[in-house]
Amino acid sequence: MSVNINIRNITKSFGEIQALNNVSLDIDQGELFGFIGPDGSGKTSLFRILTSLLLPDTGTVSVDGLDVVKDFKKIRNITGYMPGRFSLYADLSVEENLNFYASIFNTSVKENYDLIKDIYSHIEPFKKRKVHALSGGMKQKLALSCALVHKPSLLILDEPTTGVDAVSRMEFWELLKKMQKINITILVSTPYMDEASLCDRVALMQNGNLLAVNTPQQIIKQYKQQIFAVKTDNMHPLVADLERMNKEALVYRFGESIHVSSNAYDLELFESELKTNLSKLNHKDIRINKISPLIEDCFLALMDKNVVE
Amino acid sequence: MNKNDHIIEVRDLVKRFGSFTANDHLNFTVSKGEIFGFLGANGAGKTTAIKILSGLSKPTSGVAIVAGFDVAKYPNKVKKNIGYMSQHFSLYDDMTVKENFRFYGGIFGLSRKSIREKTEYYLEKLKMQNFRNMLLKQIPLGWKQKLAFSVANIHEPAVVFLDEPTGGVDPITRRQFWELIYDSADKGTTVFVTTHYMDEAEYCERVSIMSEGRIEAIGSPGKLKEEFGVNTMDEVFVQIARTPLDPPIGGTDRGNSFKKQVN
Amino acid sequence: MWAFIKKEFFHIFRDYRSMVILFGMPIVQVLLFGFAITNEINDAQIAILDHSKDVVTRELTQKIVSSNYFLLVENLESNNQIEAEFKKGDIKQVVIFESGFARKLEKEGKASIQLLLDASEPNTANMLNAYTTGIINTYSMQKMINSNAVPLSIQVDSKMLFNPELKSVYMFVPGVITVLLMLVSAMMTSISITREKELGTMEALLVSPLKPIQIIIGKVTPYVLLSFINLVVILLLAKFVFLMPIRGSLVLLLAECLLFIVMALALGILISTISKTQQQAMMMSMFALMLPTILLSGFIFPIENMPLILQYISHLMPPKWFIIIIKNIMLKGVGISYFWKETLIIAFMTVFFIGMSVKKFKIRLE
Repeated sequence: MSVNINIRNITKSFGEIQALNNVSLDIDQGELFGFIGPDGSGKTSLFRILTSLLLPDTGTVSVDGLDVVKDFKKIRNITGYMPGRFSLYADLSVEENLNFYASIFNTSVKENYDLIKDIYSHIEPFKKRKVHALSGGMKQKLALSCALVHKPSLLILDEPTTGVDAVSRMEFWELLKKMQKINITILVSTPYMDEASLCDRVALMQNGNLLAVNTPQQIIKQYKQQIFAVKTDNMHPLVADLERMNKEALVYRFGESIHVSSNAYDLELFESELKTNLSKLNHKDIRINKISPLIEDCFLALMDKNVVE
Repeated sequence: MNKNDHIIEVRDLVKRFGSFTANDHLNFTVSKGEIFGFLGANGAGKTTAIKILSGLSKPTSGVAIVAGFDVAKYPNKVKKNIGYMSQHFSLYDDMTVKENFRFYGGIFGLSRKSIREKTEYYLEKLKMQNFRNMLLKQIPLGWKQKLAFSVANIHEPAVVFLDEPTGGVDPITRRQFWELIYDSADKGTTVFVTTHYMDEAEYCERVSIMSEGRIEAIGSPGKLKEEFGVNTMDEVFVQIARTPLDPPIGGTDRGNSFKKQVN
Repeated sequence: MWAFIKKEFFHIFRDYRSMVILFGMPIVQVLLFGFAITNEINDAQIAILDHSKDVVTRELTQKIVSSNYFLLVENLESNNQIEAEFKKGDIKQVVIFESGFARKLEKEGKASIQLLLDASEPNTANMLNAYTTGIINTYSMQKMINSNAVPLSIQVDSKMLFNPELKSVYMFVPGVITVLLMLVSAMMTSISITREKELGTMEALLVSPLKPIQIIIGKVTPYVLLSFINLVVILLLAKFVFLMPIRGSLVLLLAECLLFIVMALALGILISTISKTQQQAMMMSMFALMLPTILLSGFIFPIENMPLILQYISHLMPPKWFIIIIKNIMLKGVGISYFWKETLIIAFMTVFFIGMSVKKFKIRLE
């Protein structure tokens, strides 16, 4: 039921802007695949090519053996797509939206109710309510129901969690995990790095390039440097101070501490030097911990490399 | 820490829309030069509160004093003393960087000379001198947001309100953005910021977390984590905001908390 | 398909402000045009400068004043007074009889009257001119019949255009019908399609198995109905408020209107395929459709008086042909044999626009 996708050398530019730069990628049947990257990294363009909404400049994409350019009608039948702007009609009620999307795919809500039950049951109590009166999380769930109502074998979700609060985001991912069990290939894009660990595999994207494609575990494993989480009593100037001390290292704020990465030969020495140097700069209450990298550390390192090149 | 001057003072603030209470007796203060994170789920009432604090909307009852002025009585004086930027409204896409600075500087009555100086100062600080005559739409989002923040600061306001300033911005630029925030806080500007990134909640000196119109928790990230017995702000947030298992009842998203919402 | 049309109706009926505009506008426009125009010709203030003061001029003055259209406020004595009178602003027209009017008429068979009109309100001036000339002509005709004598001619010296149909309410109803059908059909459809583009729902429609023609028909059907209802409202108003006759076949009239509506809708779709935002669609409908409809269709400004180049351009304006058709049906009461050519032109345009818009309707995003 689910499909595999082969993307070969896709290039797409809009005027001077190179949206996708020779992207090649294979996605397996039933995978929950994440595209992680900031706005403008090319996620949306890639999704639009996959849904046959855009034509690539060069390269080919096949979905379950179907060519996205030639067989676009067949592909549109098997794809459920949730565009970045939730495509809901604000002046229609929850129920009316769902019925409408079912009917344009020549099906009915009743026919596929089992499929959407898990999600739709969250919003069903409000089915008479107009969409403009729904909260962000509810809109997101309705949009997902609408994308699912025709029982697609490929589900493409463009930034479904952008601007949604942490709780609704968590619930949303729980739902996606459930969906995956009923054998649908799911592609999700997101600007939130922490969501990467919830995917089977992820592609890190920037400026139309794939920086890395792998499982989240592998991406972290490939990160070779040691990360130190640094905390002091004076956090404001800390980044600037650390950067001045370690010209080579990557220094990034991460929540309550600051991550300093080092490939120093002697890590013990590095740590003690860090401490002394910080005390010289009047930092007190200095705490340094060795930690394992987060996916965001990896992304930052990859991005940094990309910029330097 | 000598931060006893309260630049924002909110007492029993209530805002109702018909029978729906968007802000239910809010009480909090923000000190001068503080970075205050204003968190909450979509539809918890953040945007409503920001609108009141920036003089755009009148409270149903209660008092809010911003930069020394009562927002209900002197909204115009409040507006003169604050800066505002959000993910949705920032700068004009079809104007150049310089023109945007000039326009916003002009709105706040700055002299030509000081606008010119400020423009140079910020462009240099952001290392964007070469972007001076570029149209905004040619500039990547993250850079745009940094510019927007500078523009919001051009009249040296007492408070800047930032409504999800970093949504969709890449992780490096996001961090550079926070360095800008620290910079202006160190100069004495109070920063009032909303975000969905929980790591950014940690960057704030104090945060409040709203749920269903009420402030359910307030304090420094460290204190809140201790109070809730957890290790990350993420968990604090989830504990507070998830109490009603189902999505927020009571209705609308109220405005722009949703980035790409269908209006 | 049916679901699509139903959804479209939901959009229309839930947006009550647009509803008010949609149905209120025709009524207001018809009433406004009707009463504005009829009021203008009541009691317009005029002055008379009679250099002759004889039987004929007095008789003519009497005719003019008793017509109800004019109110004589001043009898002037010399040419010098005229300018001052006009400057006061109340006087819209001065009628000047040349000296020895009756004598000349009798001896030479012709005499002249000069009409001076306040052209700062061109429409009023036009109208007043037409009315006065009409009255004078009627008078001279009667004189001729009564006297059975040599042809008399009273020359009216004015540079104003002659508007042969005194009842202008008959003029504007066809015009208003045209403008409104164009507006509702073309503008509304183009806006409703571009709105889906703006909201992003078009993306979802495109990835569905719906064919372009299905999307188009689904979008357009409700507006065909609404336009038709609008049409009926205007016709009822015209008939019962302004007592305008519909002399020809009603069925034929409605059929021709339907053809025009379909044409306008096709134009609307075409506009929506080339505009990205609602605002663009609106501007385009306004400038590309509304203004030419009003200005170049012969609705307000007679086509015969336009520069040749504009006359050619007006041939490309569907409203021009449509106005000819409905005038023929409503006022002259003639059948299709008199305007099959015009009908054919519109039919051809319709096919052309539909073909264009189906072809241009993108199955993908830019």
